[in-house]
Amino acid sequence: MKRNRIPQFFIIVGAFLLLLAVVLMLDNVPGVPVMLLIVLRKGAIYALVAVSMNILNGFTGLFSLGQAGFMLLGAYTYAILTVPVENQALVYQRYPNGGIGFSVTESLGRVLGQPGLLLGVIICLILAGIVAGVFAYLIGLPVLRLKSDYLAIATLGFAEIIRAVVQYEKLGPITNGSNLLSNFTNFSNFHLGSLKLDTVMPFVFAGVCIWVITLIINSTYGRAFKAIRDDEVAAEAMGINLANHKRMSFIISSFFAGISGAMLAMYQASVQATIFKAAMTYEILLIVVLGGIGSISGSIIAAFLFVGSSEWWLRFLDNTTVLPNFNAKLLFAIIFAAIVVGIVFLVVYRQNKAQKSRPEAVGRGRKILSLKLSGVITLVVGTLLLLGDLRFLISPDLQVPLLRSGFRMVVFSIIVMIVVLFFSRGLMGDRELPDLFRTGHKRL
Amino acid sequence: MARILPYLLGGISVGGQYALIAIGYTMVYGILRLINFAHGDIFTAAGFFMVYAAASLPIYVSVAVVILLTIFMGVLVERVAYKPLRSAPRMSVMISAIGMSYLLQNVMWYITGGLAKRYPIIPWISNSVTILGYTTKRVTIITPFLTLILVVALVILIQKTKIGMAMRAASRDFETAQLMGIKIDNVISFTFVVGSALAAVGSLLYFSNYATVTPVVGAMPGLKAFVAAVFGGIGSIPGAVLGGFIIGISETLTKGAGLTTFSDAVTFALLIIILVVKPTGLFGEKPTQKV
Amino acid sequence: MKKLLTVMIVLAMTLSLVGCGKSSNTSSKTLSIGVFEPASGDNGAGGKQETLGMQYANSVTPTVAINGETYNVVLKIVDNQSATDKAPTAAQQLVSDNVSVVLGSYGSGVSMAAAPIFEQAKIPAIGASCTNPAVTQNRPYYFRVCFIDPFQGSVMASFVKDQFNAKKAYVLNMLGEDYGSGLATYFANAFKKEGGNVKAESFPEGTSDFSAYIQNAISYGADVIFAPSATTYASLIISQAASAGCKIPITAGDTWESSVILDAQKGTNLKVYVSTFFDENDKSGVAATFVSGFKAWLNADSQHKTDNGGNDIVAAVSALGYDAYMTAIEAIKIANSTTGENIKNAMPKVSFDGVTGHISFPNGGDAAKSDAFIKQADNGVFKFVKRQSGAS
Repeated sequence: MKRNRIPQFFIIVGAFLLLLAVVLMLDNVPGVPVMLLIVLRKGAIYALVAVSMNILNGFTGLFSLGQAGFMLLGAYTYAILTVPVENQALVYQRYPNGGIGFSVTESLGRVLGQPGLLLGVIICLILAGIVAGVFAYLIGLPVLRLKSDYLAIATLGFAEIIRAVVQYEKLGPITNGSNLLSNFTNFSNFHLGSLKLDTVMPFVFAGVCIWVITLIINSTYGRAFKAIRDDEVAAEAMGINLANHKRMSFIISSFFAGISGAMLAMYQASVQATIFKAAMTYEILLIVVLGGIGSISGSIIAAFLFVGSSEWWLRFLDNTTVLPNFNAKLLFAIIFAAIVVGIVFLVVYRQNKAQKSRPEAVGRGRKILSLKLSGVITLVVGTLLLLGDLRFLISPDLQVPLLRSGFRMVVFSIIVMIVVLFFSRGLMGDRELPDLFRTGHKRL
Repeated sequence: MARILPYLLGGISVGGQYALIAIGYTMVYGILRLINFAHGDIFTAAGFFMVYAAASLPIYVSVAVVILLTIFMGVLVERVAYKPLRSAPRMSVMISAIGMSYLLQNVMWYITGGLAKRYPIIPWISNSVTILGYTTKRVTIITPFLTLILVVALVILIQKTKIGMAMRAASRDFETAQLMGIKIDNVISFTFVVGSALAAVGSLLYFSNYATVTPVVGAMPGLKAFVAAVFGGIGSIPGAVLGGFIIGISETLTKGAGLTTFSDAVTFALLIIILVVKPTGLFGEKPTQKV
Repeated sequence: MKKLLTVMIVLAMTLSLVGCGKSSNTSSKTLSIGVFEPASGDNGAGGKQETLGMQYANSVTPTVAINGETYNVVLKIVDNQSATDKAPTAAQQLVSDNVSVVLGSYGSGVSMAAAPIFEQAKIPAIGASCTNPAVTQNRPYYFRVCFIDPFQGSVMASFVKDQFNAKKAYVLNMLGEDYGSGLATYFANAFKKEGGNVKAESFPEGTSDFSAYIQNAISYGADVIFAPSATTYASLIISQAASAGCKIPITAGDTWESSVILDAQKGTNLKVYVSTFFDENDKSGVAATFVSGFKAWLNADSQHKTDNGGNDIVAAVSALGYDAYMTAIEAIKIANSTTGENIKNAMPKVSFDGVTGHISFPNGGDAAKSDAFIKQADNGVFKFVKRQSGAS
């Protein structure tokens, strides 16, 4: 066993370094679409959040909806600690004497230059995680003994309470109340010589954190978490202290959620409490589910897919598109019809085959089509789409119907629902990426 | 007393609206053990249905149409999102509920263009009345009474009719109810019918009071209604109603006390308190845990 | 089944490439101006009206001459959804579309969130109605054609003192919103300086029930309510104040200058006053031409009219949007270039008579505006009350 692990470790490290080199190149070569860089940065950050949520939901089986609250704490801690002193009067305009009067990154940067700045950022990120972890400890005390549904709602409630408290006017001199915190150290403050590090940095930070998480999961603590997920009573009978391990899982997950919140602040270059709503937690939950509950590599892949789809690839659905002439319209209509027919045929055919080969259906007589409700819905929707396509073809206007602002999110939500309903194990189930290359070895 | 009265009245009114939504949550949870996150969005959709219906139909016809459409939507959501996952682990169904809520919000955003819509004025209930020197809309006074009437009717339904007994059996023990010959699909659909109908009525009252409809307007009331259901004891209808009123009143009193920043937070604080002190809620029964 | 998912993803990506390939190929030169506005969310209504002003300006002045060549000016419109976390991506979209100048946004929060992105890309941004001072402070690439909130706050404080002899004011704003909380603070400070007393409260996002807040105002004995907020909440506040029989005059800043407020106030006896940048009935040359031309343009297209709220009442933000576009054109002419950097350097030299007054930038990014208009929402129209000036 040990002999296999060492080469595998080097392979993964090597692959990661290669990835960093590629990203560094993308950052600095002109002509790379800006959206690609955005997707990479945001994807890396969301990958870390998703993995941190996976620790709690996937590996320990504790359904918690408080991620956004911990991200909020991390983001604010980081921002408050790093606003340069001379900008503090500007940022904290509404509160005279606002701000903490010093800035960690600025002080270290003045002393040590760029490495000092980096050191300051790392210290502040860790502090952000610690603050989130401390709150996790406090919240966990009453909340962790609740059953799964109640735990979800209780953590959601705490996240909302934290959000309200941070915006409280009396705390304004520190948190800037309702106002934006900005002008703090972010990714664009870093450069290696003349190389921009905007996209490499989130990758490095996220990569290191995820590596640490993987170490934890593969240790005895991780095995204890999985035991709790599989059967709480049995785990307790085997001597695992439920309360301690649950609390540990909660704190670790929140620690990394805090760090990712700080990274989000760096990416956006501004922090405001209103964005850390329950909706953000739901998005992360969806990423975790899409990737496979209990799979770290699944969460990472799903995070990039999620950010890519919602921010970039499906953007064309939001633009009102006017086709140049009738020939283009004909081409478009034909391609669209072909896709619809293809998908409907696939779904209906497979379902028909599955239904017909069910033990109780065999020998019942020859029905042409035997389908479940989902198959019928697919047929109906497909027919409607084809009819709409035909109608568009006949009509005189050249503007593609349905495509306007907001359509992207509709399509995206439909895709998410399809995955949740039909691929409920997610992309990777509970396997990891190396497992796909492994043959014969059983995963513990 | 006179100083508190307007806040109390406001609290009772909004509490009644929370109660109507909370009943939907509690009934679904009782049988399916599922937090129907999409319920708040069905409530919002009912608001939009009314906006669009009243633009082309006379007002009272619109009311009927809205209730029917909401019921249809609720049952559709159940069939599409929850039925296929009935044998799946609890987390999957809850995620499906969240996904459905996400989808409904985005569809409403897309259709309405993201702008707020003005709710049509329903005559008589939107008129101003003066009570004890305090002026308000008539709907504020009607809401608690209407809520109580509906709840009493619902409780009678559950206690005295066959379908009610089927619902009680299903919430007590899902599998055994099926074994005893209860058509579980019909029971569940009926639960959603009742829940959605009450949400539609709740939306009529809510939006008559607060006449702006946006795609996300139902998110917070939905969440608070769920908190109310938990507070009163999930699975218990009288509990949900009482929880709704308590949450509504505390929220309004908090605003009145000047702690306006925390008016939402106080609802969640109450939730945490009840979960720590008495997790099964005010009227809930303690389920036995078999090892 | 996994294959099905892969197939769907590949198809979606292919379709996106198809979509890209359909962009039209013009033979003449084009210059892109980015429109960074909300079209949805809390500020969607105002953002749409501001965009209309820019679109109308584009139809009036669709070309600009640079170095003797005529360039077609194309507007690239993105929706920042009134959200500070969606704003950076929308801003990046404009940057990757290679715009020369950006106009917008309605809403100071999203403008502040997007500012670093425009700055990094060296693209100047001209705000139309974002009034929070932090938008242009320390941001050499951000300009605006409107006045700023400290000015607006003090104008309203003087107004309520003069008009209602107000001694006590109840101030309400939304939690977590820069514009509202900023303006509320400036108003409160100015009002207190004039010897008044203030009770300030804030409501959480998504609030529909304002009855408690209105009760608080009544029991405080306020002489006036100052509630700068988005139009979504404005209509709720007004209608609930009316139902509660509240007689206190309600005032607010420029966001309330919208047909949403007119609809809410109609039929009630409430006194609603707003401060704004422009008056439709201003008969002076440039403004009058703009008003009649804009109304005709609105009425010619039903979609435009719907975006304006279903009528042809000219919103001040539309006038500002028009001025912002014209400022950009002036700067481009002076710079004689399509490069953002050059246009930004040309901005201090811009000086012309816009619809909302004389536009020039003597001091950094803020236009030198010294006048505000006070209007009253009365039964479906905005009635001009007075012109208030004050030191910035």
